[in-house]
Amino acid sequence: MTRARRLGAALLGGGTGTVFLLLVLIFAGILALNPGFFEGPSLMAFLKQAAPLVILAAGQYFVIVSGNFDLSVGALVGAQVVIAARLIDGEESRTVPVMLVMLAFGIGVGLVNGLITTVLKVQSFITTLGMLLVLYGAIRLWTGGAPTGSLSEAFRTPGRLGITDVPLVGQIPWALLIMLALGAGAILLMRTRFGRILMASGDNELAAKLSGARVDAARTAAFVLSGVSATVAGILIGGFAGVSAQVGEGLEFTVITAVVLGGVALGGGRGTALAAMAGALAIEALFTLFNQMALPATLRPAVQGAIIIAAVAYAARRRTRPALQTTASPS
Amino acid sequence: MSALLAMRGIGKAFLGVQVLSAVNLTVSRGEVHALVGENGAGKSTLMKILAGVHTADAGTVELDGRAVAFTHPAAAQKAGVASVFQEFNLLPELTVAENVHLGHEPRRRGGIDRKAMNEATAAALADLGVDDLAPTAKVGTLSVAHQQITEIAKALSQGADLICMDEPTAALADAEVALLYRLVVRLRERGVAVLYVSHRLREIFDLCDRITILKDGRLVDSVATADITPDELVTRMVGRRIEAQFPPRLPGTETGDVRLRIEGGGNDYVDGIDLEVRAGEIVGLAGLQGSGRTEIAEAVFGITPFTRGTVAVDGRPVRLSRPRKAIAAGIALVTEDRKAQGLALHQSVKANARMVLDANARVHSRQRLGRIEGLLSSLDLVARGDDQEVQFLSGGNQQKVVVAKWLAAEPGVIVLDEPTRGIDVGAKHKLYSVIRSLAAEGLAVLLIASELIEVIGLADRIAVLHDGRIAGELPGGSTEQEVMAYATGRRSGPSDAEGSEPE
Repeated sequence: MTRARRLGAALLGGGTGTVFLLLVLIFAGILALNPGFFEGPSLMAFLKQAAPLVILAAGQYFVIVSGNFDLSVGALVGAQVVIAARLIDGEESRTVPVMLVMLAFGIGVGLVNGLITTVLKVQSFITTLGMLLVLYGAIRLWTGGAPTGSLSEAFRTPGRLGITDVPLVGQIPWALLIMLALGAGAILLMRTRFGRILMASGDNELAAKLSGARVDAARTAAFVLSGVSATVAGILIGGFAGVSAQVGEGLEFTVITAVVLGGVALGGGRGTALAAMAGALAIEALFTLFNQMALPATLRPAVQGAIIIAAVAYAARRRTRPALQTTASPS
Repeated sequence: MSALLAMRGIGKAFLGVQVLSAVNLTVSRGEVHALVGENGAGKSTLMKILAGVHTADAGTVELDGRAVAFTHPAAAQKAGVASVFQEFNLLPELTVAENVHLGHEPRRRGGIDRKAMNEATAAALADLGVDDLAPTAKVGTLSVAHQQITEIAKALSQGADLICMDEPTAALADAEVALLYRLVVRLRERGVAVLYVSHRLREIFDLCDRITILKDGRLVDSVATADITPDELVTRMVGRRIEAQFPPRLPGTETGDVRLRIEGGGNDYVDGIDLEVRAGEIVGLAGLQGSGRTEIAEAVFGITPFTRGTVAVDGRPVRLSRPRKAIAAGIALVTEDRKAQGLALHQSVKANARMVLDANARVHSRQRLGRIEGLLSSLDLVARGDDQEVQFLSGGNQQKVVVAKWLAAEPGVIVLDEPTRGIDVGAKHKLYSVIRSLAAEGLAVLLIASELIEVIGLADRIAVLHDGRIAGELPGGSTEQEVMAYATGRRSGPSDAEGSEPE
């Protein structure tokens, strides 16, 4: 290893650091094309739009680091928005009760995902793929194909508005504040005993169990956290973009791409919550860059697919090299 | 005899650490050649260079007088060098014959000629003196010994002149070891050379013609087996005499009240287990593979609980139905396989050392967390820091982290299952003195080791298992013969110190 590479590795703190470098590069690209991007209002608009994905990434991080997947989040976001519109139906006074119902629903979906995966030993990939289809179908059945009702103004506030008349930036979006609060919460949670056990369960389930850890409970809790993050993301996306039958579609893949881009290893046990959220920010920034370059939005799925493969391949290479060398040290 | 293999001046470094320097190895046709050395001496690396898994940084390899440099295991195989590693390269869903002929199946009319393939395999096995292995048996269903035979038959069918075996008897029962002996002799008769890596001195002296000794990555000597005694060999391997191998009982160690009492313990694997371990006492569990040693540890720790009998810790009856309950009762288990069962390899030293405290509210406390750092340094842990991932530590240091995570919980009873397996001599000695000091602190220690000498050297009492039952109990310092007499079932009940070691 050359000195420069070693220095680079030290600066980046190993693998998860790569995403921050990537983020800087993408921002530099945006800056080159559109110097006005980093002025207060447009930066705030970007962060407002990125907030739901960042929050979803935090939720997905818990599930992935414990050794599972949650593919049901996109469908859950969609379901939550449709439920909100139908139950609120334009009545301001119903806003808070309906949000509580949504929260309960998000927790319930996470709990079902978690229990099916841990108790019935169904692989999470299948459990949550099934949940995706169930939610998708159930919502269409319930609404008869097209979402009905409408959201209240109060419901749309967190996703759309913010603290106004702030010098320099104009408006600080509620979505950004919620994102920062939940992001900080996620980082702190990983430093608690729960977070440590979650990480150990993803790394070596058996060792964690033999150390007395309640692995199944921790993993189920991770699914619940993912369900909660999808609920919050649903409230923000609903507020921001309104109600449609397509809300949330494909979001599960975007968020998994984001988490993987953050250097969080599929299979669990490695990566940080901060890097996962930075991965989400990087994806959003990349799409912004595409807009600046006037590339068609239809390109996005293909790019996401390429990123997810490249990120996992990069992680695998980085991992196997030193590992081979150390296991090769004599018997 | 002409030299089949000549490796000269082999050097290899990993991450700047020189693991082999200027090593020579010469093996003749039809020779059984032992490669010995402590853990970390460089045996496996040398073998992996020969097998094309690693490439050497320096030196030359000649096979039959031709210079070769294998960059891939397949290239080594093609040139006639086959390796039987501890993990097999067999396809479990295929039959013995299919595995043996993989890649060069006999063909007939565009398809595989199964009849010819099975007959050829049967003939090859018969030629090796193996008559209880059907060519049509599925490999996944075979015993380790039979898988090993399949691997060897496969190597021969590919025309191997040299077969490398890495600790081939490590997972074999005694009867199977005898079979392997016969196999090695047959190979020698056929002119096939065998490079034999083993820790077990008896096998080396029974089987091998020459011995090459490595120490710290350097060649110590290469001698004919007839010219060296086992004692001399050990001395040259470790570079010093190892008489004072086991530290004595520490002054102030007092045998106190019974901390662990098992009465009539039994499940699917063991039965009628009556065992007491007192504070300050080290009790050894001896027995052959499969005699139920590990099963007792797993029952006490709630992994596969006893379904009969009672267990009491410090006089209180406990139901040990899960590891959590055992931990809450003050029991710790240092498991046999530290990588699979003991450590989260990608986490830091610190994260692993506090895992038991993190996982169990009943034992978690700020004071105990605060003591971890001191605990790790008292175990002489060598690491770049608390935040180094444990996967990068040596085996001995990994084991120290496992021990630390259990001691952090301040248990009253500690069960150690093969605590020194696969670790270097220095770390072994450290663990021996740790075990002594745990006893001095009043813990009850239950020690399981397949190296009889460890149990004999450390334990105050030895319970010898045979066939899932305690066949007899002996005082510490008994002879290996006494222990083996019970372990092989030739003696049960009180000892009168007679009997001999089985072959």
